[in-house]
Amino acid sequence: MRKYWVLQRKSFSFLIDKKTTVSIIALTLAAIAAMLISIGVGDMYIAPWDVFNALIGTGLDINQLIITEFRLPRVLVAFIAGASLALSGAILQGIIRNPLASPDMIGITGGAGFAAVAFLTMFSDDSNNLLLSINYLPLFAFGGATIVAFLIYALAWKDGVTPIRLILIGIGLMALLQALTTLMMLMGPIYRASQATIWLTGTVYGTSWNEVKALLPWFIGLIPILVLLVRRLNIQGFGDDLTKGAGISVHRERFLLLMVCTALAGSAVAFAGAMGFVGLIGPHIARRISGSSFGGLFPASALIGGIMVVLADLAGRTLFSPLEVPAGVFTAAIGAPYFIYLLFKNQ
Amino acid sequence: MAVITTSNLTLAYGKEPIIDELNLQIPKGKITVLIGSNGCGKSTLLRSMARLLNPKGGHVLLNGKDVAKRSTKQVAKELAILPQGPIAPEGLTVLQLVKQGRFPYQSWLQQWSREDEEAVMNALDATNLLPFMETPVDSLSGGQRQRAWIAMTLAQGTETILLDEPTTYLDMTHQIEILDLLFELNEKEKRTIVMVLHDLNLACRYAHHIVAIQDKTVYAQGAPEEIMNEQLVEDVFQMASSVIPDPVFGTPMCIPYGKGRVVRHVNTPQYA
Repeated sequence: MRKYWVLQRKSFSFLIDKKTTVSIIALTLAAIAAMLISIGVGDMYIAPWDVFNALIGTGLDINQLIITEFRLPRVLVAFIAGASLALSGAILQGIIRNPLASPDMIGITGGAGFAAVAFLTMFSDDSNNLLLSINYLPLFAFGGATIVAFLIYALAWKDGVTPIRLILIGIGLMALLQALTTLMMLMGPIYRASQATIWLTGTVYGTSWNEVKALLPWFIGLIPILVLLVRRLNIQGFGDDLTKGAGISVHRERFLLLMVCTALAGSAVAFAGAMGFVGLIGPHIARRISGSSFGGLFPASALIGGIMVVLADLAGRTLFSPLEVPAGVFTAAIGAPYFIYLLFKNQ
Repeated sequence: MAVITTSNLTLAYGKEPIIDELNLQIPKGKITVLIGSNGCGKSTLLRSMARLLNPKGGHVLLNGKDVAKRSTKQVAKELAILPQGPIAPEGLTVLQLVKQGRFPYQSWLQQWSREDEEAVMNALDATNLLPFMETPVDSLSGGQRQRAWIAMTLAQGTETILLDEPTTYLDMTHQIEILDLLFELNEKEKRTIVMVLHDLNLACRYAHHIVAIQDKTVYAQGAPEEIMNEQLVEDVFQMASSVIPDPVFGTPMCIPYGKGRVVRHVNTPQYA
């Protein structure tokens, strides 16, 4: 048991994996570093140490203004959105027991995308003015994700919902939603189509504290549910029979987890757009770093997802400056090489 | 005394019943083996005994109480089931796997009590897996992997263990290794073991009690030496054979009449 810390008291007992703990601490530090750098880099460069000073309120006024008003909310939304998407993917891969599962795969993100594009094209008049405030867009996106999740569940139901039905129905809906989204973009005004494309790629451009305020409660509220469910998700990886054999009501649990997954993905996509790839690859990278037990996998996925989007946004802001490229373009560019490296390293 | 009793049990996945009005008693502290041809419903029967499948009619009683009406967590402390060909998530270590057997005893705050640790270590010890504790399950050999799953069901600390074809895909050595392990568990700890096996001769060697399933119900049940004969093999498996005492151990041995080669006929009185 030398690879573990064993805590055994009367009222509680835990088995804590040393390697996982160390890797999560390292990832936390990496996430903080990524955020400090991303806050510092931009039209006006601010060194990490000055960023730190500005954050704790002892920096220059000008730095303070740039950081707290413009850059910090953007980096926070990027991090939270990335973390939520990766967590949502980790949950889905757990309940569906398929490494290819992710919210963008089974149509949850697709539902949000369809709703967002519908909002942009349907509430737009001839002179390209939106008839409704753009502030309603996240609401539509979240609604779209939720409706699709319920639809998948309802259509997959047949004396309970099996993982394979869930994923097949999800893929079917995803294809349908993509077709409808494309159709709507082609039929709507051209100006809206380019705006919709940026949204569908995923961007945290122009984020303010309002977005942080709207997104953070979801993230903070859903974490405790995950903490409670971790133990139960581990055993679900062994299949329905063993899960039920261990005394868990499989279908109730699966529905609950699907809802948590949808809320995480839906809230992230609502404010950062249909950012792809993070939900799929985040958990895979996490698994190679912290192992496949969900106690370590959840925090590791969240941190990696967050880092990925923060770095992708940094790349989007700086590489082709003054042009802003949506962060979603770079999530794959940042995640994929690292994942391939890990695959080679662990052979 | 029976651990599991089924009364007028009817099972079906669709409309057509797979098991119809079946009555059966599993003796306590013994090894029971279910035999029958492919698709006769023996796995289905095993799953329903472990409340993984709800009956369309009748009941399954575990220690006298209806399993469908009991708390599933309570049942998990009395009965463990190992389904056929289970798959572990990628990268999961043997310890992480076996530890899950303790689930019914754990709570959020009690995730690794002294009892959990003891049960897991004993299970790893009994299955000779202590040296492989930190090895990922997917890099074990077939036999070791099956032992890891059995260790998980052992860690569950139940009096009754159900196993669906625990020896499938294993070579002869590893089949015997698994069966010896289960036999010893039964001998030493008096655990009740119910399993589905395809090899009739191994079933006769290791089982105290055999249940032959045919035509959606029990064809015969009892000690192998009492019920195994040519007629049973003919009726249950639609196959001609000789059933003779095993020349080494004396348990019934079934020799199927296939085509195959003949070197010389030795002592085959019923040969047609």
